[in-house]
Amino acid sequence: MGVKLLLAKAHVEGIRGFDVYRREGGYQSVEKALKQMSPDSITEEVKKSGLRGRGGAGFPAGMKWSFIAKPEGVPRHLVCNADESEPGTFKDRYLMEFIPHLLIEGLIVSSFALNSNDTYIYIRGEYAWIVDILEDAINEAKANGFLGKNILGTGFDCEIHVHRGAGAYICGEETALIESLEGKRGNPRIKPPFPAIQGVWQRPTMVNNVETLASVVPIINMGGEEYAKIGVGKSTGTKLISACGNINKPGVYEIDMTISVEEFIYSDEYCGGIANGKKLKACIPGGSSVPILPANLLLKTAKGETRYMNYESLSDGGFASGSMMGSGGFIVLDEDQCIVRNTLSLARFYRHESCGQCSPCREGTGWMEKILHNIEYGKGKISDIDLLWDIQRKIEGNTICPLGDAAAWPVAAAIRHFRDEFEWHVNNPLEAQEKNYGLAHYADPIHVPVTA
Amino acid sequence: MVKFSEAQLAEFNRLVARYPEGKQKSALLPVLHLAQDNFGGWLSSETMDYVAELLSITPIEVYEVATFYSMYNTKPVGKYMFEVCQTGPCMLRGSDDIIAYIEKTLGIKPGETTSDGLFTLKTVECLGACGYAPMMQLGKHYREHLTKEKVDAIIDECKKTAGVLN
Repeated sequence: MGVKLLLAKAHVEGIRGFDVYRREGGYQSVEKALKQMSPDSITEEVKKSGLRGRGGAGFPAGMKWSFIAKPEGVPRHLVCNADESEPGTFKDRYLMEFIPHLLIEGLIVSSFALNSNDTYIYIRGEYAWIVDILEDAINEAKANGFLGKNILGTGFDCEIHVHRGAGAYICGEETALIESLEGKRGNPRIKPPFPAIQGVWQRPTMVNNVETLASVVPIINMGGEEYAKIGVGKSTGTKLISACGNINKPGVYEIDMTISVEEFIYSDEYCGGIANGKKLKACIPGGSSVPILPANLLLKTAKGETRYMNYESLSDGGFASGSMMGSGGFIVLDEDQCIVRNTLSLARFYRHESCGQCSPCREGTGWMEKILHNIEYGKGKISDIDLLWDIQRKIEGNTICPLGDAAAWPVAAAIRHFRDEFEWHVNNPLEAQEKNYGLAHYADPIHVPVTA
Repeated sequence: MVKFSEAQLAEFNRLVARYPEGKQKSALLPVLHLAQDNFGGWLSSETMDYVAELLSITPIEVYEVATFYSMYNTKPVGKYMFEVCQTGPCMLRGSDDIIAYIEKTLGIKPGETTSDGLFTLKTVECLGACGYAPMMQLGKHYREHLTKEKVDAIIDECKKTAGVLN
């Protein structure tokens, strides 16, 4: 049983309400931070903790905080990114739904560190019922003196507002989120200026993910150094993983990043193995945009070493043979799943979600979907596979925001590791309508070259 | 004529007050939700013009937002909208079969509304319920772990609420 810092109390009866949350030790980090610490020393603790952004990019959170501009007389804003939309990811929803005060507590401490008197939670529009849960938590915190004017008599004022989006994956990108918060279409901005310098309403703005901000609570309570002792290397603390697909126990799990991928999939504490007694074929370990890996490369690196559930190990081998931790959206595919169909579904998602600003993404995502559709429905050519490769190469790195990369990577990885399945579809169009390619050789042990 | 009631105007003012003075346009997304919820489940050009007037912005600023975000309906929809997720993780758990079953049961394709105006079927992209797939959004809430039997029960429940089935 690993360490649990965020969800340890998530199932205590009544924890959604202030009284139980407080009785279980809640809001202690607010008392400690506001009464005993300075904003800079809080940022220092977050730096020491090694906390990396939990939204997907994994950028060191404390360092990001230190970038915020502090021009005289200009208000600054903290914005919590709760626009969770990466396919496979539903961890922030779980945290907000079951233990909302943990987020509110993290937001108060972080708002104090960043001197944000008006903090916003930008939540995806579909999570409509969670808006009510968060607003209830905010009202309770306010009634108990943890929000509003002169919090705990320290002179610090803070309000938290819940801003509901309306269905757009792109608004998870921080500059698109800011545009949306200003009441506009979610078109990402050209950077620089970065939001930390000029964000919402041209003011310095810090955008952080829900889980990142909730993690500030244990960091302040235990101290950055102690937090950094949990985990391994640059993967410190705990990480929420939302597991889904063909597994026995889909759900949200908090891990301490020292367990192996194999243990995560097969142990009863986590995913409980592949559903219906099937075999593992492939996995997208960090949300739909990270590279898909066949079973053999998922469980072991190209060097034949055990792969672990942390930032470094999941990306071991680069894109040639590794993937990414991403958002922690862990999607498992069993032996009956078709890689072409899965890739088509994801390509359709990115075509739907492209904001249309940059030509390579707007045109490229639609083009990839059409070609994949042809291959899936028996009208593909072998040259289409190379064309797909060519298109994804021309999207990656050529767009204002990372949605282009996010759309290109799943297609690239599918072709890189499952090219023979694509070729089988093209060469056997009728058979491919009737049955799937199956497990094939994707779980076979990898030949590891031995060097003397 | 499209007009918010006193209570809805109070909610409108609460929404606008969250943003700095002069930045009332920031309330556009929440206000469009309020308008859609109260004016028949969709945004007519009359509704959008009214929102523009309330927020002191031009109508085009409202139109471009209403057409960008997938949750705003710019055409009338049925009383009950089944928004079924079809993205990868839901597909792995059988969302294609659920969509096909709803199509057959209601006799409509995605994007269509039943002739009695009760049901609209819409396929949507990832709603963040991947571990509880297949799923659909119905109004404010999610319906998860869908099976054909559950779909039947949901349809009956909607008909009962609408008073067309006892």
